[in-house]
Amino acid sequence: MKRYLVLEDGNVFEGEAFGSKQIATGEVVFSTGMTGYQEAITDQSYANQILVFTNPLIGNYGVNLDDYESLQPKCRGVVCRELARVSSSWRKQDTLDHFLKQNSIPGISGIDTRKLTRIIRSHGTMKGCLVNSIEDKNHTIEQLKATVLTDQLVDQVSTQQPYPNPGTNRNIVVVDFGAKHSILRELSKRNCNTIVVPYTTTADEILKLHPDGVLLSNGPGDPESLPNAIQMIKEILGKLPIMGICLGHQLLCLACGAQTFKMKFGHRGFNHPVREIATGEIMFTSQNHGYAVNPESLKDTNLMITHLEINDQTVEGVKHRNYPAFSVQFHPDAAPGPHDADNLYGDFMQMIDSRKEEF
Amino acid sequence: MPRRTDIQKIMVLGSGPIIIGQAAEFDYSGTQACLALKEEGYKVILVNSNPATIMTDNEIADQVYLEPLTCESVSRIIRKEQPDALLPTLGGQIGLNLAVELDESGILDEYHIVVLGTALKSIDEAEDREKFKELMKRLNEPVPPSQTVNSVESALSYAEQVGYPVIVRPAFTMGGTGGGICKNKTELEQIVANGLDLSPATQCLIEKSIAGFKEIEFEVMRDAADNAMVVCAMENIDPVGIHTGDSIVVAPTQTLSDREYQMLRDCSLKLIRALKIEGGCNVQLALDPKSYQYYVIEVNPRVSRSSALASKATGYPIAKFAAKIAIGMTLDEIKNPVTGTTFAEFEPALDYVVTKIPRWPFDKFKDGDRHLGSQMKATGEVMALGRNLEEALQKAVRSLEINESDLISDYCKHVSDEEIEKQLVQPQDNRLFYIAEAFRRNYTLEDVHELTQIDCYFLDIIKHIIEIEKQLEENVGDAQLLKIAKRYGFSDQTIGKLWHQSTNEIRSLRQTEKILPVYKMVDTCAAEFESATPYFYSTYDEENESQKSKKKSILVIGSGPIRIGQGVEFDYATVHCVKAIQKAGYEAIVMNSNPETVSTDFSVSNKLYFEPLALEDVLNVVDLEQPEGVILQFGGQTAINLAAGLQKNGVRILGTQVEDMNRAEDRKLFNEVIQKLNLNQAQGITVNSKNDVRKAAHRLGYPVLVRPSYVLGGQAMKIIYSDSELDNYLKNHLPQQEDHPILIDKYLQGKECEIDAICDGKNILIPGIMEHIEEAGIHSGDSMAVYPPQTLSTEIQKKIVDAAQKLALELHFVGIMNIQFIIHQNQVYVLEVNPRASRTVPFLSKITGINMTQVATNAILGKSIIAQGFKPGLQSEKTSIHVKAPVFSFNKLASVDSFLTPEMKSTGEVMGSDRTYAKALSKAFVAAGVDLPSTGKVVLIAKHDLETLKIAQCFTNLGFKIYSDKETVTYLTQNNINCTQVSLKRFMLSRNANLVIDTVKMGNVDGFENQEIRQLAIQHNIPLLTNLNTVKALLTQMEDQTFITNAI
Repeated sequence: MKRYLVLEDGNVFEGEAFGSKQIATGEVVFSTGMTGYQEAITDQSYANQILVFTNPLIGNYGVNLDDYESLQPKCRGVVCRELARVSSSWRKQDTLDHFLKQNSIPGISGIDTRKLTRIIRSHGTMKGCLVNSIEDKNHTIEQLKATVLTDQLVDQVSTQQPYPNPGTNRNIVVVDFGAKHSILRELSKRNCNTIVVPYTTTADEILKLHPDGVLLSNGPGDPESLPNAIQMIKEILGKLPIMGICLGHQLLCLACGAQTFKMKFGHRGFNHPVREIATGEIMFTSQNHGYAVNPESLKDTNLMITHLEINDQTVEGVKHRNYPAFSVQFHPDAAPGPHDADNLYGDFMQMIDSRKEEF
Repeated sequence: MPRRTDIQKIMVLGSGPIIIGQAAEFDYSGTQACLALKEEGYKVILVNSNPATIMTDNEIADQVYLEPLTCESVSRIIRKEQPDALLPTLGGQIGLNLAVELDESGILDEYHIVVLGTALKSIDEAEDREKFKELMKRLNEPVPPSQTVNSVESALSYAEQVGYPVIVRPAFTMGGTGGGICKNKTELEQIVANGLDLSPATQCLIEKSIAGFKEIEFEVMRDAADNAMVVCAMENIDPVGIHTGDSIVVAPTQTLSDREYQMLRDCSLKLIRALKIEGGCNVQLALDPKSYQYYVIEVNPRVSRSSALASKATGYPIAKFAAKIAIGMTLDEIKNPVTGTTFAEFEPALDYVVTKIPRWPFDKFKDGDRHLGSQMKATGEVMALGRNLEEALQKAVRSLEINESDLISDYCKHVSDEEIEKQLVQPQDNRLFYIAEAFRRNYTLEDVHELTQIDCYFLDIIKHIIEIEKQLEENVGDAQLLKIAKRYGFSDQTIGKLWHQSTNEIRSLRQTEKILPVYKMVDTCAAEFESATPYFYSTYDEENESQKSKKKSILVIGSGPIRIGQGVEFDYATVHCVKAIQKAGYEAIVMNSNPETVSTDFSVSNKLYFEPLALEDVLNVVDLEQPEGVILQFGGQTAINLAAGLQKNGVRILGTQVEDMNRAEDRKLFNEVIQKLNLNQAQGITVNSKNDVRKAAHRLGYPVLVRPSYVLGGQAMKIIYSDSELDNYLKNHLPQQEDHPILIDKYLQGKECEIDAICDGKNILIPGIMEHIEEAGIHSGDSMAVYPPQTLSTEIQKKIVDAAQKLALELHFVGIMNIQFIIHQNQVYVLEVNPRASRTVPFLSKITGINMTQVATNAILGKSIIAQGFKPGLQSEKTSIHVKAPVFSFNKLASVDSFLTPEMKSTGEVMGSDRTYAKALSKAFVAAGVDLPSTGKVVLIAKHDLETLKIAQCFTNLGFKIYSDKETVTYLTQNNINCTQVSLKRFMLSRNANLVIDTVKMGNVDGFENQEIRQLAIQHNIPLLTNLNTVKALLTQMEDQTFITNAI
C-alpha cells in the first residue's frame, strides 16, 4: 500500500505504508542513532512528532518488552528508508510493523530519508503529515499549514496518578513530564524507593512526601508551556536536592531565571560529544531535544555551566551555585545510546547523601 | 593538549611486502600517518622494504629508506638518522614485532628514542595470550576458556579437559597464520605443531570453540587524555569460526539491539582504556545469538585491515588521527576534515549500509584448499555502499571481478541438494552463491540457518534478492519491477541476463523510464551537519548530491581488489596519475572499489566515487560528470577490460586507443605487427578447440607454453614438455574453455628482461631495463629482477631499445607500456606488450628517480617527453644496484604448489639496494624473508646434471652440509661432493633443514611427491627455492659475504 509524507513546505514523499492505517500530523524530526529504534519510538519526548530514522535499516531485531521506554508511545509516525522483512533476535516478541499497528502509529518506508533529513537540516523542523492518498495535494498542504500543534504535550504523557517504584534505599520523587523507563531503571539499579508523581504536583505535595531528592524527568515540547511546574521547582529549590534531565533541565534553568529557545532542528541521536568542564572529560551522550537553554541568559542566575556540546557549544549541563541542584540536557540513562554519563546518577545519590549528613 | 615539542624527528615503520593478512591497508594508514606528522611540522624517517607503495614516495616522508625490515637493518638506519621517536603502530604486525625487537636489542634506550602511540608494554599485554587473559580477568571481561601451551602434549591434554572442537591461535602471528579449528586429536596434533613453529614465542592458545556466535568488531580510538570513542562497529555475516578477514562484513551492525550494542561498546572502551592505547585499536567480540553472553576474542593494539575498512566505511580517517594522537594531541582538538566544523571526537553516524566481501585467490590456485576457517586466505577485499543491504551486497559481488557478477553462478545450478548442503555446512569462499542457490531451490530461512548458522536477518536479504530475481524472470520488460530491482542493487547485466536482453538494452530502457542512480555523500554524520566531503556512492533514491564539477575533469579508473597479479602497485600508479592530472589544472575524479587503498582516501582526489568498476557503474558516473575523458592505463587489467565498452558508448579514452590496445593484446593482430616491424617472436599458434592443441604442440615441438587467451597474471599458463602433460593440462585447466581460443607458443629457453616505457606518440622514454634472474618461463611477477642489467651486452640492450621504440610508435602508444623480452641464443624476442602500467612501475620509478606515472599522464594530457625535460630513449644507468624479489603467502594456502611456473603466485615484493650486485641481492633476500645462517643444512632435490654439481660444490665450499635422497646422493658422491643420505620426509618433519632447494616440479623422492617436501618446508617456515637461477643468485651473495676456507 502506498503512503505519503507531506511537509508543510510542499514537499511530498511517496513510500510504502506499514504500521497503523491512521492518518497522522506532527512535527517532523530526525534521529541519527543507529540502534534503538524501539526505545526512541516509545520515548514520550517524541510526543506529537513524526520520527525519521536516518539509519536506513529499521526493524531488524523486532520489538520486545524489555526495551520499552514507556508503555504508550506517543510519537505520531515513523519514517524510514527500509523496513526489515524478517526481524531476528532471541529477545524478539513482536515485529515493529505489528507493534505500530497495535499502538495506532502509522509508518512509511522506502522514501529518501537522507533528502528529507537535508530538508529539515536547512529549513529547520517543520510540520508534516502521513496520509494514504494525495489526490488533493494542495488541500492537504493547506490543511497542514493551518494545523496548530498543541503545546500541551506533557499533559498527554504524564501519569495521572502517583505510583511507586519500590526500593529500600533513598526516597526519590520523580516528577513525570514524560519520563523514560530508563530513568526508573537507573534508580532501581541503585535500589531507590521511588514515587513517580504527575507533572501537576505542587511543591507542598512533594515536600509532604519527605523525599531525599527530586528528579525532574525528560518530556516533550516547550518548557515555557509549563509555568506551574516552574513555580513548583522554585519552591523546592534549596529545600530538596534536585536533578533535572532534558526537559527537566530546561525547567530548572527557567526556574532559576534563565531563558530557553527553540533550536533549528534540535539534537536527536547519540553521538553528541559533551565536555564536562571541571574535568575536561568528554562523553558521548544520548540526546533528544528541540529546545535548549540560552547560555547568555545564565549569566544573571545562580547557575553555572558544567557541560557543553563540543561542536555547537549547546548548554548541556548546569549546577546551582548555592543549592544542591544540577541538571543535564542529555539522557544519562541512555536507552538508546552510550552509557558514558551514567555516573551522573551516582553524583545525584552522593549529593543526597552529603545533604543527609549535613542534617 | 597541543603537539609534543620535545621531539623533532620521527621514524615510522612500514609493513613490508603484501602478504595474505597484511595488504595495501598499511600503505593507506602509513601514508596518512606520515602526512599527518609532516603537517604538524615533524621530520619523518620512513623505513619499508616494499617499493610498490605510496608511502615510500619522497613526498610522503622526509627520508625514505627502502631497506629490509629487520632489527639489524633498521638499527643501521637509527644510528645514521638518530630519530627522537619511533612510531610502530601503523605498520601492521610487522611494524609492531620489529619495534619489540628493537626495544629488546637495547638500541632504543641507547639513542633515547621514545616509542610513540601505544606503549610497548601495552602491546605486549594485548598480544601475549597469557597476559591478555590475565588482564581480562582483572577487568572482569569474559574470554572463551583457553590455555596457553608450549607443546603439543599440553595442547592435547587441555583439549581433553574442555572438549572438542577447540581453536588453535599461535601467538604473535598475523592474519591468524597457522591457526585453525580442530575437531579431534589428529587435527589438533598437526595444527598445534605447525602453530608452535610459526609463533616467534613458540606459543599457542588452545581455546574452546565458540563457533556460531555473532562476530562483532569495534574500531575504537583513545587519546592520552583518556578520551575514548567508537569509530565504527561492524558485524560479520559469517559467524565466529571464519577469520574476520575471510568473512563478509557489514557496517554498521544490523542484528544488535541498542542494549547489546551498548554492552559491547562499554566493553570495547573499557579495554582500550585499560590497555592505555594511544591511537586506534580493534576489538573483536563474540556474542551468543541466544543470550547476553559475550566473549572478547582479541584486541589488535594498532591500526589494521579493519580500521582501513572502518575509515572508508565511515569517512573517518583513523590512521591520520592515530598519528596525531601519538604526538600528544587530543581528539577534541583535532578537526574532523569531513565536516570541517566538528572535531575528531565524534562517533560517526551512518545513513547507508556497507558490505565488505573478501577477494580470494582461488581463481588462480585451482588446487588450493578453498575451505574457510581461522586461517585467513583472502588477498584483498571490496567494499560497497548502498541504502539497503541487498544493494550493498550485490554491488560488492559485482566489484569482486570474479567469474560471477551477481548471485547467479553456473556451477551451483547443476549440483545436487546434498552438495549444496555440504557447501553450506563446510564453508568455502563461494558459500554466498550456494546460499542463493539453496533459496532458488526453496530451502527455507530456517533450513539455511540450521546449516550455516548465519543470522536469519542476513539470510533473508539473500532470499529477497532471489525472490526479485524470480519476479524478474516472470515479468520480462516490467518497468515498475525494473525500478524495484535497481533499488535492490541488480545490475543492468543481471537484469539483461534474466530478461534475455543485452545490458545496453536495459540501460536504454532505464534511461527512457528515468530510472537513474543518484549519488549520496559519505559525511560521517548522516546529513546532520553540512559537509563538503567529495566522497560519493550511488544508489537509487530521489536526491542527487553530487554536482558536476565546474572545472574540466578527468576520470581515473582504479584497479579494484588486490589479487594475485594485480597488487598495490596499481594503486600507486592510480594515485600518481591523479596528482599529475591535478598539476595539469584539471579535476581528478577517482572510481575504485577497494577500501584498503590510498586512492580511495577522499583527500587524494577532487572527487571519489566508491563504486564497482563495472561498465554500468562507470558509464553512470561519466553521464553525470561529463569528464574530458577517462584514463585507464593505470588501473591494471580491471580498467583495461573496460576500454572497449566505454568506447562503444562514446566515452573518450585518453592515451592509447582501444584498437591499438587490441593490436597489442590480440595474438593474431600482434603477430602482424611483429612481422611488419621485422621483430622476433616465439612461434605461436592459436587454436579454437581442444583437439587442435596437440596438433599445434607437435608442429611447434615441445616444450610449449599453453594458455587461454586474454588472461591476467599468467592464469592457467603452463610449460608443457610432453603429450601426457598436455592431456592432463587440458583436463584440469580448460574444462569449460570450449569457446575461447587457446594459445600455444614455442617455449624459448633464455634470459628474460623487461622495460617500462613512456611514449608520447613521437618519442619513447625508457628509464631502464630490468633483467630477470630466473629464466623465461617463470612469471615475471614471480621473478627476481635486477637493475641495471648485469649480463646484457650493449648490443642486446640496443636491440631491446630499438624493438621497444618500433613497437611503441607502430602501436601509436600514448602513455605508459610494459614490454617483456627473451634473449634466446643472443637474439631478442618479444614476449609480450602490455598497453598499461605494470607491476614494476613503482620499482623503476623509485630507483631511476623518474616518476613514470606522472610523466606518462602528462604525455597523455599532451605534454611531450621533450617538453617535460627528458631526452628520449634509454636513460643512462644509475651507479647503484637494485634487486626486486617476490614474496609469497604459501603458508596461508594449504595445498597450493609452491613450485614457480608461468602462472603467477606471489602476493607482494620487496627491494634491496646497494652498491654491489651481491649486496643488493643479499638485502633483497633478507627483506623477502630468505635469511640464512652462514652455515647449515641444505636439502637438495635437483636434476642430475652439471648445474646441480656446481651448486652443490658451492654450498659445500661455503661450509653447508647437503642432504638428499638416495639417487641424488649417489650421483653427488660419484662426483666427489660430500653429502648425506636421509629419509627426506622424516628429515623435514624433524625440522633439521635451514634451506630447501627443490627444482624438480613433479617427481618422487623416497616414495613421496616432491610437492610434499615443499609443503613441509613452507609449513615449517624453512626458506624454499624452486629455481636454479634463484639459487645461483643466493650463492652469489653468500659467496660474497663468506670467507672460504681452503687449504693451500
